[in-house]
Amino acid sequence: MRADLKLIHGWVPEGARVLDLGCGDGTLLDALARDKQVTGYGLEIDPDGLTACVTRGVNVIEQNLDEGLANFDDNAYDLVIMTQALQALRRPDLMLDEMLRVAGECIITFPNFAYWRHRMYLGFKGYMPVSKSLPHAWYDTPNIHLSTFNDFERLCRDKGLIITDQAVGNGAHKAHWSSRMWPNLFGETAIFRVSRSGNA
Amino acid sequence: MPELDADSVGVVTPQTAHFDDPLALACGKTLPSYSLVYETYGTLNAEGTNAVLICHALSGHHHAAGRHHEDERKPGWWDAHIGPGKSIDTNRFFVVSLNNLGGCHGSTGPLSINPETGRPWGPDFPMMTVSDWVHSQARLADRLGIDCFAAVIGGSLGGMQVMQWALSYPERIAHAGVIAATPRLSAQNIAFNEVARQAIRSDPDFHDGWYGEHDTLPRRGLKLARMIGHITYLSEAAMGSKFGRDLRQDLGFGYDVEFQVESYLRYQGDTFSESFDANTYLLMTKALDYFDPAASQGGDLAAALAPAKCPFLVVSFSTDWRFPPWRSRELVDALVRADKPVSYANIDSPHGHDAFLLPEPRYQAVFAGFMARVARDQQLEGS
Repeated sequence: MRADLKLIHGWVPEGARVLDLGCGDGTLLDALARDKQVTGYGLEIDPDGLTACVTRGVNVIEQNLDEGLANFDDNAYDLVIMTQALQALRRPDLMLDEMLRVAGECIITFPNFAYWRHRMYLGFKGYMPVSKSLPHAWYDTPNIHLSTFNDFERLCRDKGLIITDQAVGNGAHKAHWSSRMWPNLFGETAIFRVSRSGNA
Repeated sequence: MPELDADSVGVVTPQTAHFDDPLALACGKTLPSYSLVYETYGTLNAEGTNAVLICHALSGHHHAAGRHHEDERKPGWWDAHIGPGKSIDTNRFFVVSLNNLGGCHGSTGPLSINPETGRPWGPDFPMMTVSDWVHSQARLADRLGIDCFAAVIGGSLGGMQVMQWALSYPERIAHAGVIAATPRLSAQNIAFNEVARQAIRSDPDFHDGWYGEHDTLPRRGLKLARMIGHITYLSEAAMGSKFGRDLRQDLGFGYDVEFQVESYLRYQGDTFSESFDANTYLLMTKALDYFDPAASQGGDLAAALAPAKCPFLVVSFSTDWRFPPWRSRELVDALVRADKPVSYANIDSPHGHDAFLLPEPRYQAVFAGFMARVARDQQLEGS
């Protein structure tokens, strides 16, 4: 399992009702169902991911996240997970509202644009960074809302949300003292666990 | 003589099951006795855990796969998806496909003899509903020794029967496949059905449904009904790429067939009007109109779905405008609200409603993936 998924797997409580936005091939939901009796649905638009979910018996709904979550009721879930999709959404801020409408808590991962390699790329080469976590060219990238670890913290603060956990992954997805100390500089992937105010 | 393909179920022979225990119908009437004609493909395992029921659509029947004889022109209507190695793999599953009551392909219907009068039922055949069909299908399952279907699958009106199975017999259906269907017809859907019915009923040869006694058929009405139906089965794009504005001959400035699409529709209508019973067509369109499981819960579909227990696969097609993707989404959203296991795929296809009958790589991948999951859940050999 991908390192960020492994970390999330550890954070999800037993028996939780979960939505996984952009669930890919359903690896995480499948593991959570087996290991922690988690129930819920994945949302995906990639045909191969969707077929993989159907085949392994993970509930998956073909749904474009940019259309919102109107088909899910308020507080219908314990937790909404969204890995590596925030940066590709038209309005990440509205999605954050939606996620915390249908559940009290969410877990979000995204590529940290302020990662030192990205800074070097832009600062010294003068080109939009291309890396393992940002593999696309500027003109064909699905990542239309790149942000940094600090940006996301600020958005949560502005919205009055509570960050209950945060972590970073680097290329090898291993925690390192430097990325714990300066996550905005040394974290390649930002991982946040966020609650509604008064809900933590 | 066409070669039978290696992935065909081969030559199949329909069978008939007769039932003498009366069937109480939703309309208040009772069928004292009846017959169901059906086909099976594959072998029922010793535990009876590998049976799949196929439910047919408006003009469908029991002949879903294979051929009745080696030189039959066309195979069964779902041959693209049923056979060795296909989505519904007959090496693994025992497939049951029947003609519904009220049909005109061998099961008891308007063409059958009414035991009370000794003459064909004709328009006196009781109005059927989707749940009546499901009850009769459950009796066929009893007869075949099937306690619980591994899956019940159907497209369009067939998909409605699948929904009803999950509600009427939640213990007897392990998985549900609802394809290109809707939990209830829209006003527009009913309107199209009503035009079709009026076309038939206003044909002077209809004789209030007693055309058989007048040795005639309401051919013109049935032809029109089929032409209207056919337009709703295809997408504008599919018709465009198939026919465009192609002419059969130079413009004659008259009302003979000029455009290819006219020729096609007339041919479809003519063929259908000779082979399908008008009273059956009428009652089948009514069964479509009546289906509305949410009605009993004041329109709350999620509440109506409470009895369902099995995982659902719901599939729609992007250019289907008879039952468009959002009609499938109504079902999916209600299942989600009711906290039921469901997966949903919207397949890109240019073929409109008819896409559910055709092979399409992504459709087949999702369908086959679902059936692989069914086999695994049922602990079938080799899964």
